[in-house]
Amino acid sequence: MSGNYFYTDKMTVGYNGHPLIREIEIRIGRGEILTLIGPNGGGKSTILKSITRQLSLIGGTVYIDNRELQALSGKELSQKLAVVLTERIRTELMTCEEVVSTGRYPYTGHLGILSETDHEKVYEAMELVHALPLRNCDFNAVSDGQRQRILLARAICQEPEMIVLDEPTSFLDIRHKLELLTILKKLVNQNRLAVVMSLHELDLAQKISDFVICVKGETIDKAGTPEEVFTSAYITELYGITAGSYDALFGSVEMEAERGEPEVFVIGGNGSGISQYRKLQRKRIPFAAGVLHKNDMDYEVAKTLAVRVVAEEPFEEISEAHYREALEIMKQCRSIICSVREFGTMNALNEKLVQEAVRMGKSVNRSIDILHD
Amino acid sequence: MDRTYSDRTRYVLAFTALLAAGAVLIIWNVNAGSVNMTGREIFEILFLNGGEETARSIVWEIRLPRILAGIILGGALSVSGFLLQTFFANPIAGPFVLGISSGSKLVVSLAMVFFLSRGMVLSSAEMIAAAFVGAMLSMGFVLLASKKVNRMSMLVVSGTMIGYICSAITDFVVTFADDSNIVNLHNWSLGSFSGMSWGNVQVMLVVVSITLAATFLMSKPISAYQLGEAYVRSLGVNIRIFRIALVLLSSILSACVTAFAGPISFVGIAVPHLAKSLLHTSKPILVMPACFLGGAVFCLFCDLIARTMFAPTELSISSVTAVFGAPVVIYIMIRRKKEQ
Repeated sequence: MSGNYFYTDKMTVGYNGHPLIREIEIRIGRGEILTLIGPNGGGKSTILKSITRQLSLIGGTVYIDNRELQALSGKELSQKLAVVLTERIRTELMTCEEVVSTGRYPYTGHLGILSETDHEKVYEAMELVHALPLRNCDFNAVSDGQRQRILLARAICQEPEMIVLDEPTSFLDIRHKLELLTILKKLVNQNRLAVVMSLHELDLAQKISDFVICVKGETIDKAGTPEEVFTSAYITELYGITAGSYDALFGSVEMEAERGEPEVFVIGGNGSGISQYRKLQRKRIPFAAGVLHKNDMDYEVAKTLAVRVVAEEPFEEISEAHYREALEIMKQCRSIICSVREFGTMNALNEKLVQEAVRMGKSVNRSIDILHD
Repeated sequence: MDRTYSDRTRYVLAFTALLAAGAVLIIWNVNAGSVNMTGREIFEILFLNGGEETARSIVWEIRLPRILAGIILGGALSVSGFLLQTFFANPIAGPFVLGISSGSKLVVSLAMVFFLSRGMVLSSAEMIAAAFVGAMLSMGFVLLASKKVNRMSMLVVSGTMIGYICSAITDFVVTFADDSNIVNLHNWSLGSFSGMSWGNVQVMLVVVSITLAATFLMSKPISAYQLGEAYVRSLGVNIRIFRIALVLLSSILSACVTAFAGPISFVGIAVPHLAKSLLHTSKPILVMPACFLGGAVFCLFCDLIARTMFAPTELSISSVTAVFGAPVVIYIMIRRKKEQ
């Protein structure tokens, strides 16, 4: 981690004097996004509450803009750091604009009356999150996605240098998740903001974060760039995934694979096999896949869903040995699915496999649908 | 920007309406009563120092102090209710429902009986002090209960229970205290604006105006607090001091009301709600003045009914405020249920 706008030194956090996570080192610069991931109850919120001074630290020090967090006055802190929290707020007769304008609190006078400049800042913030049409709507009446954007606008018009968000995308549908994070990313670049947030969506965390911190139990389990953190093996371990699997390359999940002797052999390639593998998995039919090149996207899914995969090295023609291996497995299967339509020089032997299957009198189909209808 | 314009118009209209209603009710209250007077007579009494001797003393010594007390105490009660609703984030919190009024009532009646038995009468300031002690005791219990179970229904249930316990003990004390003054005490313990002196009015005016000024200066943090504790803290408000101030201010206001007029039900819940609906906002800087005016109007209106409806018998003020206030509370509960 490179930045030094915000960093912690041996920070220990917890509740009522009981340490929960010890000696946390977080470091982030302006214009960067740091994301906390990890299982529920792992302490992500505790960390976020501690670095925003909602919870007092149990040990260590937090520095923001070269000053100790604890030494800042409330007003100073509020001009450096804004928050978007998970808890749902219930308002009464407050328009979205009024909710946003509470962000101007650190800048208004004794009675909190907004000046012309304050009104402009509120307007700009709402424009940034595309919420201008909502200005006069009651805050309780808007959708979850709109609500999060309004709360983000509230944080923006506080004119902070850093924003802390606790699970900002929970409760949002995919469109609004992407919308919110896109706005956030834009803000980070435009306003040179430092962002620390927690996310549940690993696929999104992987793509938006500059740094990722994995929180699990006593300590920080792992920290680094998304490339360092997001490996299938590590994510499986971090969350203790037992059913199904996580594919770090695509950030996608697969359901638990069916085990046993393969009943169906799928000849795939070029992405055509994936939907067949998933259909077989749904129908709980164990299957084998081959012969796939290791640089074929089918291979990534087949690896997690098929009982056996016969794979060839990238850019090589299918070898005789692999052809034989596939043939042996195919002989045990009651039916064959061939989802590829075109064969080229690299997978010429796959075509031979199909012909062999027909010769053996096995049923050969394009898709599992035909097989079972 | 047309919306801002229409908002402003709404605020101006609302405040004008409240002031006008207040003015009408003041005149009506001066006029109404067992002794009938013409408008001309009242004008002479009020502004020309004229009129007949008895009529003059009725207006100056009985009706005017009572009207002023209704205005000051009604306003104070409503603002106190608004503060408690903000504090507990609960729309049906109020000094009566949370047992704070009853706590004041208990300590005041204990103090009164104690001093009366020694041949002493409590001064206004001492009454307020006793009421404040009672308010803080009840508040302490409610805060403890709300710390354990932070649910809207639990809060109200525990407040109501505290209220019943305090009322029961008060009744016990009042029943067994033997003094001619006890008749007054009985009326007071049911809630009434009767028997206000100019001395009372002076004291309550000083206490309430200072407290209200302090409250008004807190409208900025109060408005931020409406988004919840975590957000207000992130805006740089010292939440501990703020919460203590809120508890103290609301307790002083409701203690002052109870000290002079006894426990008055529902004003503290109904008026803030009506004020917010009227203004169509919950901005404290607007709602608090509207609460004060609304509370004054509401209490003048209820007091008018209390003393004229079955004249010469007076109703207790709480029976009238309950008739008009309770439906509002029921309405709030139903609407909240629907929203959930």
